[in-house]
Amino acid sequence: MIVIKIRLNIPAVNCRIKTGEYLGIIGPNGGGKTTLLKSILGLVLPAYGQIEVFGKKPGAAGNLIGYVPQITTLEKNFPVRVGEVVLTGRLDPGLRLFHKYSLQDKKMAQQIQEDVGIYNIRDRMVSELSGGQFQKMLIARTLVAEPKLLLLDEPTANVDAASRDHIFSLLKELNSNMTIILVTHDLLAVSSHVKSLACLNSSLVYHGGTEINEKIVNTLYGCPVDLIAHGVPHRVLKEHNEGR
Amino acid sequence: MFFTLLQYQFIQNAIIASVLASTVCGIIGVIIIEKKLVMMSGGIAHTSFGGVGLGYFLGIEPVLGALLLSVSASMGICYIKRKGRTRQDVLIGLFWSLGMALGTIFIALMPGYPPDLASYLFGSILTVTRADIYLMALIAFFIAIIVISLFEYWKSFIFDQEFAAITGIKTVFLEYLLFIMIAISVVALIRVVGIILVMALFTAPTAIAGMFFKSLKSRMIISAIIGCFFCLGGLFVSYSVNIPSGAAIVVLSVICYLLVYVINSIINSIKRKERSARQDC
Repeated sequence: MIVIKIRLNIPAVNCRIKTGEYLGIIGPNGGGKTTLLKSILGLVLPAYGQIEVFGKKPGAAGNLIGYVPQITTLEKNFPVRVGEVVLTGRLDPGLRLFHKYSLQDKKMAQQIQEDVGIYNIRDRMVSELSGGQFQKMLIARTLVAEPKLLLLDEPTANVDAASRDHIFSLLKELNSNMTIILVTHDLLAVSSHVKSLACLNSSLVYHGGTEINEKIVNTLYGCPVDLIAHGVPHRVLKEHNEGR
Repeated sequence: MFFTLLQYQFIQNAIIASVLASTVCGIIGVIIIEKKLVMMSGGIAHTSFGGVGLGYFLGIEPVLGALLLSVSASMGICYIKRKGRTRQDVLIGLFWSLGMALGTIFIALMPGYPPDLASYLFGSILTVTRADIYLMALIAFFIAIIVISLFEYWKSFIFDQEFAAITGIKTVFLEYLLFIMIAISVVALIRVVGIILVMALFTAPTAIAGMFFKSLKSRMIISAIIGCFFCLGGLFVSYSVNIPSGAAIVVLSVICYLLVYVINSIINSIKRKERSARQDC
């Protein structure tokens, strides 16, 4: 089944994303990654062309889509506890007066917080969290609404290495029953985790596999870029000969 | 002496007005600060001056004129803000001076001798009437009910408006509702501290409560209590030193805020030193 159909004429962004996909969209800052996510969510109207999500217009798919925003867009000093933030993902959208969370909501939130690994810090204030904990809280808040499509904006920026690995293994698990699109400028971190890669810098280029080579990077950044490969665990490149 | 004072109706009115105004400030102030709408509220407050002028010009109760103009200005500001084409500070500046200008024009156009506007600009808690009290009580009740009944939604809305919108919550409605609440709470405060001094009562109690209380709910309750203390304290000072009450309330609020801030940071730095000393041993 096709989850998302994107047909934007200018810039050239066309793709169909199928159920079970785990797509990483990489690209430089200002390349339009966040804008693309926001147009899928219906927060931004694309100037040209159209987007279909679950066969509907963006914004009409309701709780099927889960969105994890960039940490930097949020106020970290807001007086609220981790557990409360996670629960807001289960708020009834109908503006019910004197809304109380049901037992099922609370159980669900507890289960997700345990899965994500933040149940032990559920009573902490948001202002006391590290970047990694904050990011996991945002992921948990999205997951409690049981989405079918998960969109993540820079989920590993401002996050320590251990949390980053944790988040990636969590996403891999979630991918078994969720379509995931994540957007990042950190191409080396992402390529060994996702199923397929696309590059976005004004135009979207789908690469299928997750292997990055110099050609991809050069078209992406618009200038020659040297790639450096690390040891095996973080290898993102095949071994290759000198370019010249 | 104090108890004989309490027998006067204007003193009773002043005390009731203080309690009501502080309740409004406590609830709305916390939301304004967390949503970063302090200057926006200042803009709305000053547009209500146009309404005061309009009230005098049309020969209706000036507070009703203020209510009319501040509510419509707040909805206008919210509409333009949502369109997102104009920078917010530009918008605030425009509405701010437009309100003051309109007020001046209406007063100039009104027939007869110009009224004393100082009580609307700087407040005059001792001349609060029973009718004012009823209006303030209605406003306080309205705001309390709206905030309490939709509390979980406000929490989500203030923390992450975009996320709330994605989950399907009517954030447009909530935003307009918030701006209307700001507008009517400004009107509730006009009689106590006046248009120009409203900002102090919105921010000082909330900021002090924010230093010591971590949850949204406790911040609202505590800042209402602190605001009450400021109003009554300012009233007492103004009576005993014979200075204008609105200004006394504001000066007391700001002095208290600065004192608490300084003492709090001294205590914190001592604690930090103790902690690092303990680690050194």
